[in-house]
Amino acid sequence: MIRAEHIVKSFDDRTVLNDISVEFETGKTNLIIGKSGSGKTVLLKSLVGLHEIDSGDVWYDDVNFTRLGFRDRKAIRKDIGMIFQGGALLDSSSVEENVKLPLDLFTAQSEAEKLERVNFCLQRVRLENAGHLYPAELSGGMIKRVAIARAIVLNPKYLFCDEPNSGLDPQTSIVIDNLIHEITCEYNITTIINTHDMNSVMEIGEKIIYIHEGHKWWEGTKDDILHADNPELNAFVFASAMAKRAKAAAR
Amino acid sequence: MIRLFASIGRYFLLMAKVFSRPEKSAIYRRRIVYEMEALGVDSIGLTAIISVFIGAVITLQMCINLESPFIPRSLVGYATRETMILEFSSTVVALILAGKVGSSIASEIGTMRITEQIDALEIMGVNSASYLILPKIVATVIFFPFLTVLSILIGILGGWAISYLTGIMLPADYVDGLLMDFKPYSITYSLIKMAVFAYLITSISAYFGYYAKGNSLEVGAASTRAVVAGSVVIMIFNLMLTQILLI
Repeated sequence: MIRAEHIVKSFDDRTVLNDISVEFETGKTNLIIGKSGSGKTVLLKSLVGLHEIDSGDVWYDDVNFTRLGFRDRKAIRKDIGMIFQGGALLDSSSVEENVKLPLDLFTAQSEAEKLERVNFCLQRVRLENAGHLYPAELSGGMIKRVAIARAIVLNPKYLFCDEPNSGLDPQTSIVIDNLIHEITCEYNITTIINTHDMNSVMEIGEKIIYIHEGHKWWEGTKDDILHADNPELNAFVFASAMAKRAKAAAR
Repeated sequence: MIRLFASIGRYFLLMAKVFSRPEKSAIYRRRIVYEMEALGVDSIGLTAIISVFIGAVITLQMCINLESPFIPRSLVGYATRETMILEFSSTVVALILAGKVGSSIASEIGTMRITEQIDALEIMGVNSASYLILPKIVATVIFFPFLTVLSILIGILGGWAISYLTGIMLPADYVDGLLMDFKPYSITYSLIKMAVFAYLITSISAYFGYYAKGNSLEVGAASTRAVVAGSVVIMIFNLMLTQILLI
């Protein structure tokens, strides 16, 4: 479980996150949705400590992450996997080296054990034959899958995904969504996904929070969202013709 | 001026992070070898080409400008050797490497910053500054002095080759000059200078790359700033080290 309490984050004079409190549940895919520039990515990066928050607390289970120093945070970070918008694979390393890096740094496993784990993770994301390739040789969907493999290689307790579907076609997006959802259920991970893809919301959104202009505007499930009585949320959710038709069908 | 002091302060804070205890030394050793190849071995060609031509040009210039019956021809060899050892193969080669290696480091690390690769390392619990920058510093501080030695040898060879090929002076006189009044300390001085310059080139360009923000244009600007700042600092340190080591 990850709990944010009264998070405030500003850049210069601009308050990007304003008193956000939310709890993300274990074993569920928790979605943060909102328009571009609403503060989703800042919230995600604040939760993992890539941005230092101005006030508030972030709890990982019963540990107050915000109050920890660099070394103590390191212990928690070993339990965190993160998938960045662009994949963030190391360009100078092959797929295999990228996935193996956390094992090299933080385990005392033998080379054979590490390779076995890497191959398992690559198989899990259906990329068993791509170990020798470099990021420049991969498609967008493959990059995201390698990023997932790297994120899960150390068996994380917490998984963060920043717009995992951005730049992907609808079919590949569904593959990525399902993969993240499967992994979340299989390993009982607390997964938090940033997205503005309504397909993801309707497919895997077990818990959804809507961020509007730096505020938590709404919270619920994918079943609640179609019936929510919230003008800003409705304007966001039903912006596409497909979503409008889904709402009509639901009625 | 305040921004300059802020930058210097931030540079030292970054260096404190770079020189903190590495996560796993085996990985660092592998990365040092990789960086030696990428930053050092790949610079051999450029260093060799520039050195051979500069050695040849110094010899030609000396021959043309020291045309006097009162000046022995062997002084041309002596002057070429001293110029190569004392200034060219350390300072000028360092300036060339500040352009080649410095811009490469700044753009590599800058691109990693804007594509969130550095954030990915931080999330893994890796000290990204140490992981990315320390192997580069160690690799260049070890390898660049070899480039200095290579440059000295090739430059002197270039001078000999031009005297042999053009007949502007007797190669034997050139060799006599090379052997004249040789002080081994000059080599030590040159190697110390190059080791310091290697540290400066790598750390300054890494600093500009590490704090790059925004898009590819900013990475380009960071790369340019790295080369300019690196070159200026090399010149300042050249003056200081000459004062300290030779006087």
